[in-house]
Amino acid sequence: MQEFTRQSILILADNLMILGQRLGEWCGHGPILEQDIALTNIALDLIGEARNYYQYLAETEGKHEDDYPMLRDAREFKNVLLTEQPNGHWGDTIARQFLFDCFHFHLLEHMVASSDQRISAIAKKSVKEAAYHLSFSGDWVIRLGDGTEDSHQKIQRSVNKFWPYWMEMFTPTEAEQHAIQEGILPDLNKVYEAASSKLESVLAEATLIKPEGQHSRKGGKEGFHSEHLGYILAEMQYLQKSYPGASW
Amino acid sequence: MTNTLSLEDRFQQRIDNEEKIEAKDWMPDGYRKTLIRQISQHAHSEIVGMLPEGNWITRAPSLKRKLALLAKVQDEAGHGLYLYSAAETLGAGRDELLHQLHTGKAKYSSIFNYPTLTWADIGAVGWLVDGAAIMNQVALCRASYGPYARAMVRICKEESFHQRQGYDILLTMMKGTDAQKKMVQDAVNRWWWPSLMMFGPSDIDSPNSAESMKWKIKRLSNDELRQRFVDMSVPQAEILGVTFPDPELKYNEVTGHYQFGVIDWEEFWRVVNGNGPCNEERLAARVQAHEEGAWVRDAALAYAEKQKQRNSSQVA
Ligand SMILES: [Fe+2]
Ligand SMILES: [Fe+2]
Repeated sequence: MQEFTRQSILILADNLMILGQRLGEWCGHGPILEQDIALTNIALDLIGEARNYYQYLAETEGKHEDDYPMLRDAREFKNVLLTEQPNGHWGDTIARQFLFDCFHFHLLEHMVASSDQRISAIAKKSVKEAAYHLSFSGDWVIRLGDGTEDSHQKIQRSVNKFWPYWMEMFTPTEAEQHAIQEGILPDLNKVYEAASSKLESVLAEATLIKPEGQHSRKGGKEGFHSEHLGYILAEMQYLQKSYPGASW
Repeated sequence: MTNTLSLEDRFQQRIDNEEKIEAKDWMPDGYRKTLIRQISQHAHSEIVGMLPEGNWITRAPSLKRKLALLAKVQDEAGHGLYLYSAAETLGAGRDELLHQLHTGKAKYSSIFNYPTLTWADIGAVGWLVDGAAIMNQVALCRASYGPYARAMVRICKEESFHQRQGYDILLTMMKGTDAQKKMVQDAVNRWWWPSLMMFGPSDIDSPNSAESMKWKIKRLSNDELRQRFVDMSVPQAEILGVTFPDPELKYNEVTGHYQFGVIDWEEFWRVVNGNGPCNEERLAARVQAHEEGAWVRDAALAYAEKQKQRNSSQVA
């Protein structure tokens, strides 16, 4: 496997892994039992999808699927900064999820046609789940935006808060650029167009304002993270690191 | 002659004939109250039970274990839902029941007031706690109240899966390093007695039992169920290679059962009455989730109301 392919796969996998890990923190603490279940469902999907990519890497590199999430350090993780942001309140989690789902669903929709058979197969398997995630988070953005005065303000603030992380998802790294040229990844401009139009229609229905003119924060895809990631990994990798080589 | 029977007699006759009682059927007040208390306690136990295991989701040691644990804790939430729905058929709404939980008026299973300290606890909880729950719940699948019995059938299928998963966690660790084996034995030491306590007070100290048995809400007594659990668990412990922390535990050739030592009832009542290791934390976590979710529930309600108005004005 070429290095740029490997890097591109790590971005895909780490996004899902870290966001799934974040959603897992909610389990048992949701505002409504049904929504607790729904959010856990999404966590299960995301980590399951991440596992597909890790397995692909593990098979080509003669490693174990757990080596990737459990044994790498922060600088080697390639997830976008958005996914590692703290859960905050329900509106924060929904806004973060909605921005990610807009990107992820449309990415997969295009990635089904990947020149890499395995990636294409994973995309085909994941795209239905991503469609459900997008409708879940989109519906909640609308419900909160068009709910009470208080919820409207809260979700608007949440969208504003995560807005600086929006563009990183669509801005290719060098490795991704290479992968796009080879047809392994779809054209991220196209993904951006589709994601933006979905985002705009949902925000409009939610009576929310699309934030503008903020500077964009990136770096995660190159391993340059916020301070949050170290804590996520400290928790996630605690057993593997405390008992090196043990099987669980 | 039958038409001279009172409503209550006829009700008892139906129970004795193994007919299921359904939501719309006449039932004595006591039957309804007992059911609501038991079903809601059970529902609360499912959702409070999410906490001790949920706290290991972020630390689960592998992708496989993390996914299994997420799914398990999610199942428990689902069990809570089934049971709240069953209670609703008796006229007890979820909001009201949650209020009772949050104000400390309603109880939940004391087992969840113990902490999960190591990863082996996740295995031990699955094996012993879900195992004890199954013992109770299998008997409840034949409870006389239809909606409750049907909820239990669904729940039991998932519980036995949880138990196997828990046992598998421990089996894997027992094949591992010395540190892992020690971790397993330590977890089993801590969870064994509280698991036995899950069956409730001894029959002689269980005042509600006789009536519940008559109404077939309960089919087997606390002590009978506890004995079954011990008989089931001892051979499983042997296969696993762990011991239970009870020097008096041994097979009785005459009775064909394992006899065991005296349960520390003082500890049992202490935890039931709110002074276990985690009572405060568990309740506080539930209350916090509920309070912090208030604005979300309000928003969902307000939005649903707006939608309703929009739809009706469209129709008009
Ligand atoms: Fe359960
Ligand atoms: Fe369970």
